[in-house]
Amino acid sequence: MSAITSYIPGASWSLFGAELHIPDGFLNLPISIVCWIGAIALIARAAQQAQCTLDERQMPLMGIMAAFIFAAQMINFPVAGGTSGHLLGGVLAAVTLGPWAGILVMTAVIAVQALLFQDGGLLVMGANILNMGLITTLIGYGLYRSVINRRQATRLAVISVAAWLSVMGAALATSLQLWLSGTVPLDIVIPAMMSVHALIGIGEALITVAAVSFILRTRPEILDASAQRGGADRGWIIGGAIASLIVVVLSPLASADPDGLERVAEDIGFISLGQSAPYEIIPDYTVPFLGETPLSTIVAGIIGALVVAVVVILVAQALRSRRMGVRG
Amino acid sequence: MTHTHLSDRYHNGVSIVHRLEPRVKVIITVLFIASNTLVPDGAWTAFALSLGLVTFVCMLARLGAFFALKRSFVALPFVLVAVSVLFATPGLPVAGWQVGSYALVVTDAGVTRFLSILARSWLSVQMAIVLTAVTNIPDLLHALRHLYVPPLLVGVIGLMLRYLDVLTDEALRLMRARDARSAGSGGSILWRAQVAGYMVGQLFLRSYERSERVHQAMLARGFDGRFLTINPHQMGERDWWALAGTVAVLALVQTVGHALRM
Repeated sequence: MSAITSYIPGASWSLFGAELHIPDGFLNLPISIVCWIGAIALIARAAQQAQCTLDERQMPLMGIMAAFIFAAQMINFPVAGGTSGHLLGGVLAAVTLGPWAGILVMTAVIAVQALLFQDGGLLVMGANILNMGLITTLIGYGLYRSVINRRQATRLAVISVAAWLSVMGAALATSLQLWLSGTVPLDIVIPAMMSVHALIGIGEALITVAAVSFILRTRPEILDASAQRGGADRGWIIGGAIASLIVVVLSPLASADPDGLERVAEDIGFISLGQSAPYEIIPDYTVPFLGETPLSTIVAGIIGALVVAVVVILVAQALRSRRMGVRG
Repeated sequence: MTHTHLSDRYHNGVSIVHRLEPRVKVIITVLFIASNTLVPDGAWTAFALSLGLVTFVCMLARLGAFFALKRSFVALPFVLVAVSVLFATPGLPVAGWQVGSYALVVTDAGVTRFLSILARSWLSVQMAIVLTAVTNIPDLLHALRHLYVPPLLVGVIGLMLRYLDVLTDEALRLMRARDARSAGSGGSILWRAQVAGYMVGQLFLRSYERSERVHQAMLARGFDGRFLTINPHQMGERDWWALAGTVAVLALVQTVGHALRM
């Protein structure tokens, strides 16, 4: 049976079924095009910079590292109830290869997943590259670079925080793109995505730190070499700090007070893009007995995420047992 | 544990579609996806026409009419993201449940919107599956190069594809070894995550060292950064006709979609 596959497309059936690879059809044309323009500029700059800062071994190194990230995303660890956590890899790539090579490697991974495995769309690939390539690298490398001369324990601690934040940052960007495309109301997508990815980020942090500490023990010179490849490092540190701050400040604000974010959007003037619709389930997405407090919205978000998680676990288990049945 | 190898994604065959210029195939796929994105909610005739186009291409490529349909459920998990529009779009209520003290009300507009998002995503995935099935990897790289993707990135993707099966097999071997030692299920979650992290670290080092060997081997063979394909690939008359035909059909889809919504 050739059609039977257990290549689990990207993060699809991973921890609580959360997913950052946006498929085609979920973003509208203007948002897709804007993201593609950003991604093209990023790729051009990264290719130019990687050529400057890497020696002539670059192409085989980056090609095989892209295959490595793809393969490493398959290595999962069981969490509970048939779900498993696994790696996204953006921070690991940035820390081990340097930022520009890391961006190119993640771009190659996203392109291959979309072109050959239909994991993530083609028209929305620009958005996926920005979310999983740029944001993860910016936060991961920026924070790591700021403590590069500190003790190893400090560096590992910062890497774990960066790995968690990078997943949150990618989830935040994904939520915003979905909202601006009018696919999902902001007050539902932000609490749901952020609470699910707060858990996924923990898995990302644990795996990334364990992997980096393993590399540090066996071939520490690889990390020293990557640290030389940053180019304008001050820019990375500042960029990483700003991106981290945005995630830290905006995600609780956004999940607790989505209207606040909408007000910001209105002030900036892109509210007309977001066709966020009124809704009828839970007025203002709050839990009644808690009243209209930020806590209430967060609790509502977590409840929503749990409902989704249960559905995904059930479907994942059903698919898994069917797959095993066919194979056996 | 089994997994699909890359070579299983391409279906070797002789057909008009296989012989098209790779660039044209990529452009047609992207145009088709863009067209899906532009079809308004609830324009079922337009969606049906688009499905007809995918089915027609499948038949032209001699893959069987339902080839893409059977493989098109990969985008399913993301659909969960859109479930909320069932309830969140204002419209006439069609169904409702009492959950605790809230009423979950599904509206007719919500159902239309949800099914439209589903249709767009599902049709787009089908065309992408056809593209993968009728374009082999050297041709795909050729198309990327001629669509102005930076040569360095094309080279990286080419090498990635060449070693993808090697490294995924290596990852599967690591996981099989872990399962044999039952480290996949014992211990605490924290410990299992750490084991997974060490495996990633080990895979990283094996890959890194492999890249050093590969680079030396490439230098020894005089690699100059390009991957060659034996097909010459020039835009022929057939390619222009295919492109024009697709544009015409997609224009029809858009006209139908915007003129008669039903």
